[in-house]
Amino acid sequence: MAESQLYQGLRAYALIVGMWVRSTMAYRTSFVIMALGNLAITALDFAVIGLMFSHVDALGGFDLAEVTFLYGTSSTAFGLTDLAFGSMERVGRRVRDGTMDTLLVRPVPVLAQVAADRFALRRVGRIIQGVALLGWSLAHLDVNWTWDRVLLLPVMLLSGAAIFAALFVAGAAFQFWASDAAEVQSAFTYGGTTMLQFPPTVFTTELVRAVTFVLPLAFVNWFPALHILGRPNPIGLPDGIGFAAPLVAVACCALAGLAWGAGLRAYRSTGS
Amino acid sequence: MAANDAAFIELDAVEKVFTVRRRAGWMRRERHEVRAVDGISFQVPRGEVVGYIGPNGAGKSTTIKMLTGILVPSGGRLRVAGIDPSKERTRLARRMGVVFGQRTTLWWDLPLRDSYALVRRMYRIPDDRYRHNLERCVELLDLAELLEVPVRQLSLGQRMRGDIAAALLHDPDVLYLDEPTIGLDVISKVKVREFLREVNTEQNTTVLLTTHDLTDIEQLCQRVMVIDHGRVMYDGSLAGLHAVGESERTLVVDLERELPPIEGVPGARTVRVDGARQWLAFPAAASAAPIVAAVAAAYPLVDLSVREPDIEDVIAKMYAERSG
Ligand SMILES: Nc1ncnc2c1ncn2[C@@H]1O[C@H](COP(=O)(O)OP(=O)(O)OP(=O)(O)O)[C@@H](O)[C@H]1O
Ligand SMILES: [Mg+2]
Repeated sequence: MAESQLYQGLRAYALIVGMWVRSTMAYRTSFVIMALGNLAITALDFAVIGLMFSHVDALGGFDLAEVTFLYGTSSTAFGLTDLAFGSMERVGRRVRDGTMDTLLVRPVPVLAQVAADRFALRRVGRIIQGVALLGWSLAHLDVNWTWDRVLLLPVMLLSGAAIFAALFVAGAAFQFWASDAAEVQSAFTYGGTTMLQFPPTVFTTELVRAVTFVLPLAFVNWFPALHILGRPNPIGLPDGIGFAAPLVAVACCALAGLAWGAGLRAYRSTGS
Repeated sequence: MAANDAAFIELDAVEKVFTVRRRAGWMRRERHEVRAVDGISFQVPRGEVVGYIGPNGAGKSTTIKMLTGILVPSGGRLRVAGIDPSKERTRLARRMGVVFGQRTTLWWDLPLRDSYALVRRMYRIPDDRYRHNLERCVELLDLAELLEVPVRQLSLGQRMRGDIAAALLHDPDVLYLDEPTIGLDVISKVKVREFLREVNTEQNTTVLLTTHDLTDIEQLCQRVMVIDHGRVMYDGSLAGLHAVGESERTLVVDLERELPPIEGVPGARTVRVDGARQWLAFPAAASAAPIVAAVAAAYPLVDLSVREPDIEDVIAKMYAERSG
């Protein structure tokens, strides 16, 4: 009888996304142009790294295939989340102008509604780029593909996406109190992906520690990737730490869920 | 279910306090409490239509936001159909319809028809109910021409009718209307009121509505609640409100020529003279007919009209009495 919030949320999400996709597809040319533009921007983004490698052979001890592997995994995980939750940065505006009211009176979870709001299929551009780079790197990596490494690859992408998702949700929840803090959230999410595209060895150990113990971005791809690439952990954690990624992801999502609930309860609407 | 019917909506000492920061001098800010709802208690039986009125800032919208689960009360107890709105918001949402006059609940970029289709799937409205309800709304609210128009292109009055329809497609048990006739022209107002009355009688829908238009209350509500400063000032019938507020109606008469103030009409007094036009005030509860007859018998009457008391005046007067 009582369906789980999760099922209700997914169902509502699918309904609203379906509606937005249908209505953007009504303007097909504009969609194609936007999607191509998106793809071009993300391609340019990688070109910087390509350029770097025309001058050096390694970055922080990682060769082109390895850096591309990091770039591809970070980009794919982030791309998945950005596609599914990218609209959440609009929460602050809804809090400020009080239009959150209208989402709260509907019989479906608010989280599903804000995530699906103005769903933009053009954001698949980044996933396409990420998967393409990942594919290229897999073909050029010199890795002994034991079963644990094979298994860790999809696990890494999914937990990475989940950690990013938790960050999006927590960032959106924060906007219930600080409704103009959308930039803080994108600093962590966009900033985070950019950082994860480079090997951890190019950063200070303090930073690596911070993104391990404070904001566990290192579990998105660094730690699992280090295991796959057979590299030592830069802050001396055991090699198997990469397998903790799903646990870290679950913990992050649970915390983000709590933050979101608290945010909703703190919502105060507007005077008119 | 039946146990809930006598107190379908139930508020017990409900409060909502907003903490706001106010500028207090240069750079300094002061925390300040606004008691928007300050201990309100009432019960509404199932099927009743209640007018919830009061001056600007009285706390009407805030009450509705707590009833719908948008805001969490700062204190007190609140139940709708036995459900605590802030705890089980989505479960209650299935059974309620909400219209905010100032704000649409429809999807800004979608044509009305698509918005309704989405509402149908969100609320899981059975096909036959949906078709029946949509047909009825389209007919009674005159929406046929508007179905293919994106919401953002609708005028305020058109959008309002679209919103009212959206709030009723799923046969809600309770309907909250926050200024539903704002921006409607005379014909639309009549249509909306007729439609709401029909919904209430046919489906026994409980209705709580706020408005600044006394006619809405007169034509729809069995019961009126007057709120001011977050408290209930009056709870009863409209006639009773007029008695409490000692409100007066005004008879405006145009005479053939300029004459001294009209005298000798029992139950009425002349309050204003402007050329051939004169204004006579009389108690709102009294009938206008004997007064008109008395004027017509003694004066050369050309034309006349009766003005209803302004609800804001009634409330203002009543409030002044209570506090003074
Ligand atoms: N989100 C909010 N933050 C701070 N104060 C608020 C908020 N919402 C309402 N208030 C204050 O609470 C009081 C009641 O507001 P409310 O909107 O309930 O009034 P209302 O009776 O609906 O008035 P109106 O007839 O103008 O619509 C007002 O003093 C208002 O300033
Ligand atoms: Mg209001």
